[in-house]
Amino acid sequence: MRRRWQRWAIPAAVLPVLALLAYGFWTNPREIPSPLLGRAAAPFALTTFDRVPLTLEDLRGKIVLLNFWASWCIPACYDEAPALERTWQAYKDKGVMVVGVNVQDTEEPARTFLARFGHSFPNAPDPKGHIAVDYGVYGVPETFFIDRRGRVRFKHVGALTDEAARQRLDSLLEEPS
Amino acid sequence: MIPELGYAATVVGFVLALYGAMAAVIGVRTGRADWLRTGERAAVGIWILITACIALMLYAFLTFDFSVRYVAMNTNRGTPFYYRITALWGALEGSIVLWAWMLSIYTLIVVVRYRRRQPELYPWVLSVMLGILAFFLLVMSVPAPPFERLSPIPPDGRGLNPLLEDSGMITHPVALYLGFTGFSVPFAFAMAALLVGRTGDEWITITRRWTIVAWYFLSLGLLIGGWWSYHVLGWGGYWAWDPVENAAFMPWLTGTAFLHSVMIQERRRMLKLWNLTLIILTFGLTLFGTFLTRSGIIGSVHSFTQGSIGVFFLAFLALILLGAFSLLAWRTDHLRAQGELDSAVSRESVFLLNNLFLIAATFTVFFGTVFPLLSEAARGVKVSVGAPFFNLVNIPIFLALLFLMGVGPLIAWRRASAENLKRNFLKPVLAGIVAAAVLRLFGVGNVLVLTAMALVVFVAGTITLDYGRAVRARRRSGDEWGAATWGLLLRQNRRYGGFVVHLGILVIALGVAGSQAWSLQTETTLEKGQSVELAGYRVRFDGLSASEESNHFKVTGAFTMTTGRSSFAELRPARKFYPQEQTPIAAVDYRLGWVEDVYLVLGDFARDGSRATVKLQVNRLVSWLWIGGLVLTLGAALAILPDHRKPA
Amino acid sequence: MIPVLVAVLAVSAALTGIAGAASPVDERVVHDVAAQLRCVVCQNLSVADSPSETANQMRQIIRERLAAGESPEQVRAYFVEKYGQWILLSPPKEGFNLLVWVVPFAGLGAGLVLVAVVLRRWTRRPAAVPSTPVDAAMRERIRREMSGGPRP
Repeated sequence: MRRRWQRWAIPAAVLPVLALLAYGFWTNPREIPSPLLGRAAAPFALTTFDRVPLTLEDLRGKIVLLNFWASWCIPACYDEAPALERTWQAYKDKGVMVVGVNVQDTEEPARTFLARFGHSFPNAPDPKGHIAVDYGVYGVPETFFIDRRGRVRFKHVGALTDEAARQRLDSLLEEPS
Repeated sequence: MIPELGYAATVVGFVLALYGAMAAVIGVRTGRADWLRTGERAAVGIWILITACIALMLYAFLTFDFSVRYVAMNTNRGTPFYYRITALWGALEGSIVLWAWMLSIYTLIVVVRYRRRQPELYPWVLSVMLGILAFFLLVMSVPAPPFERLSPIPPDGRGLNPLLEDSGMITHPVALYLGFTGFSVPFAFAMAALLVGRTGDEWITITRRWTIVAWYFLSLGLLIGGWWSYHVLGWGGYWAWDPVENAAFMPWLTGTAFLHSVMIQERRRMLKLWNLTLIILTFGLTLFGTFLTRSGIIGSVHSFTQGSIGVFFLAFLALILLGAFSLLAWRTDHLRAQGELDSAVSRESVFLLNNLFLIAATFTVFFGTVFPLLSEAARGVKVSVGAPFFNLVNIPIFLALLFLMGVGPLIAWRRASAENLKRNFLKPVLAGIVAAAVLRLFGVGNVLVLTAMALVVFVAGTITLDYGRAVRARRRSGDEWGAATWGLLLRQNRRYGGFVVHLGILVIALGVAGSQAWSLQTETTLEKGQSVELAGYRVRFDGLSASEESNHFKVTGAFTMTTGRSSFAELRPARKFYPQEQTPIAAVDYRLGWVEDVYLVLGDFARDGSRATVKLQVNRLVSWLWIGGLVLTLGAALAILPDHRKPA
Repeated sequence: MIPVLVAVLAVSAALTGIAGAASPVDERVVHDVAAQLRCVVCQNLSVADSPSETANQMRQIIRERLAAGESPEQVRAYFVEKYGQWILLSPPKEGFNLLVWVVPFAGLGAGLVLVAVVLRRWTRRPAAVPSTPVDAAMRERIRREMSGGPRP
């Protein structure tokens, strides 16, 4: 019998393919790591819904929680909205700034959204999506944490919770300024 | 009540399938026919049970029984009647039910057709079919139960995925699944032949016919899928190299390879091992496709929800591939037939090359589809492999296949003499070269397009040449023109069915090359009354209107299209807002034409109707894709008819 | 005469090049760049093809960047910087990604070699096909008998 092992080559070749597919269970195709972590946050210049100019430059030295949202993003943006306001209330005196960026939206429903949740931190529209692309935003909601030196340190995808916000803000606050 | 009944039917069906699969084997091992008969009765019972499941689901859909989770997730009170029926297979769980139902029908056909004709293979075939059915019923029982209860019962359902609200939804999945499940019959025969040790010739004839049947439905499913993509998704294309499209394309490629290499086995009794490998591969790839869509391991537009179902499918895929290939390895000695050829310049070697290129295309598509996983596993970097890659890598392969398609059917078996080559190919080659030269004179500069067009003309030339000769031969033996021309198709339906399929492929190639090379598009924001111009078409924006549909809110744009010859048409693209969807769905409007389609997509707009962004496309030769698809399926249907040349 | 003509052509080409940068961007270039980028909200459509709002905005950004004088490569690099390689629909031909480009062709090449070897082996032995039709099973047996034992 000529080379007995040879015949088992095909069944054996299937194994690595199956292993690769099985590996797929441990990955999430929707979870893409941001290349921005640890790098300088892209500067932005916004005009808030209250017609106040706001730039990242103005916030230098503060920790910034940058949240991207849209009024049509149901339910995630609605779920996280109260947590955002609570976080803002808890941290606004500790050198933390919360900024909301409204993307792919129109003004009227966006204002309704803000009024509904009584957001008191600055929110601004990004009508052409420039800032969203500068931060590599895939969908809403996404939240970025920028440290005092202006670097992106964390990215949170999906609805933000009090716990998730607290954990990251606290770790950034502990760092020497 | 319905959920319980349905669940009971599923579980009983699963038990019956397991029992039937074993009974058939016991029957053949002990030689007791009564065991085999109970296996058959189990097959009938399973079909009745799954049919009952479908009837129960339909009833639940039509009566808005939101106590069934699947119904609540996929309809709401606004869903139109027609889509309440198609919603049956609009999502994961229901698609499995449809799948299992088709499988049970194929099993019944196998029982009716082969219980007497193939007494030796039949019990094993039945057992394998029931085994596959058992798996799908297991999926229906455990990881993806269609009859799962929802409590508390919601007042209204969530609603169907709006993209599925299209008339194509009744034909596309049905054809596709008939194709996918159809490949289980050749697989079952291949397994039976290996188990019995009869890898002779009779099973291969049966397998070939069944492969054409499955191939026919799969082709149809792919084509309708392309049409759905073109006129529903609103991106202006018909094929996106989405992982799921790839998953349906791969078994089509390997099935095509088998349909060609099987001819060598029939004529020369070679390549037995290879043909079995192709059948196993084809069936394995249909399962892989299902796995890919249902597991969510690779992001895709078609992705259903994630869950444990992926694990079930992977385990079954492993079982099938390892089991079947081990069986093959075990029987290798039976299958080794010493190959012998008279000459490398012969139809046999062209078929070998044809198989090589089809497998290369399959491999390319497979490798590209799983490469993101490989990249992540090997170095933790997420990459994308999409249309630009697949187009670039596959174009040379498909051009080579096109060339072989011209050579294969006319080159002589065994040994092609120089005379044979000259007689069959000189004129078509010249025609191809002339065609390319003419196109070049008309300003076509793209080498790939020129090559593709030259090849299309070359292959069309070979087909015409051969068919013309055959018709003249019939004329000499006294047939009328009509009888000679059309009668030939039926008289040698297998050969000329294949020719018609090739013709269809040519027409599709024409459409693909033309649409890739010559389509135009522009995107602009228009004020009311303003126009956009493209390729001699002028489209004027006349305003917006809003309407409340049964289950969504719709904003329709009014556009007037005029051409140079002042003929005009109204175009009404829209955006549909579904409460269950975050983003609006674009509904395109288009005018199809022989040479070019005008295709208009409504983008963002001002609420007062004063301004709208539109994407205007002039897509060239796309209609030929659908025409070619029609020709191709007609040819496949012709080839399925019983062979008239010799009594089978 | 000819050198003059060449010079004129070169100058006019340069002029149109400059004029092109200031005038509205060539839509075909926008489309080419957009076709290489993956629409981030859809799963497998390019930015050029997707009818979604996000893709629309991204196309506009491509247009603006090109109008500002960036080359198509620079625009692409900008998106890669923000989203990572994931955003490119075909992986850059470097490093590990070379695999996806090379392996299909290497496989095809290996297949061609294999077919060549097989054809050589099959055509080398003299064709011993009986001229009279023999029962298939019988022929099979004969062949097995004849090629029994270790083959060369």
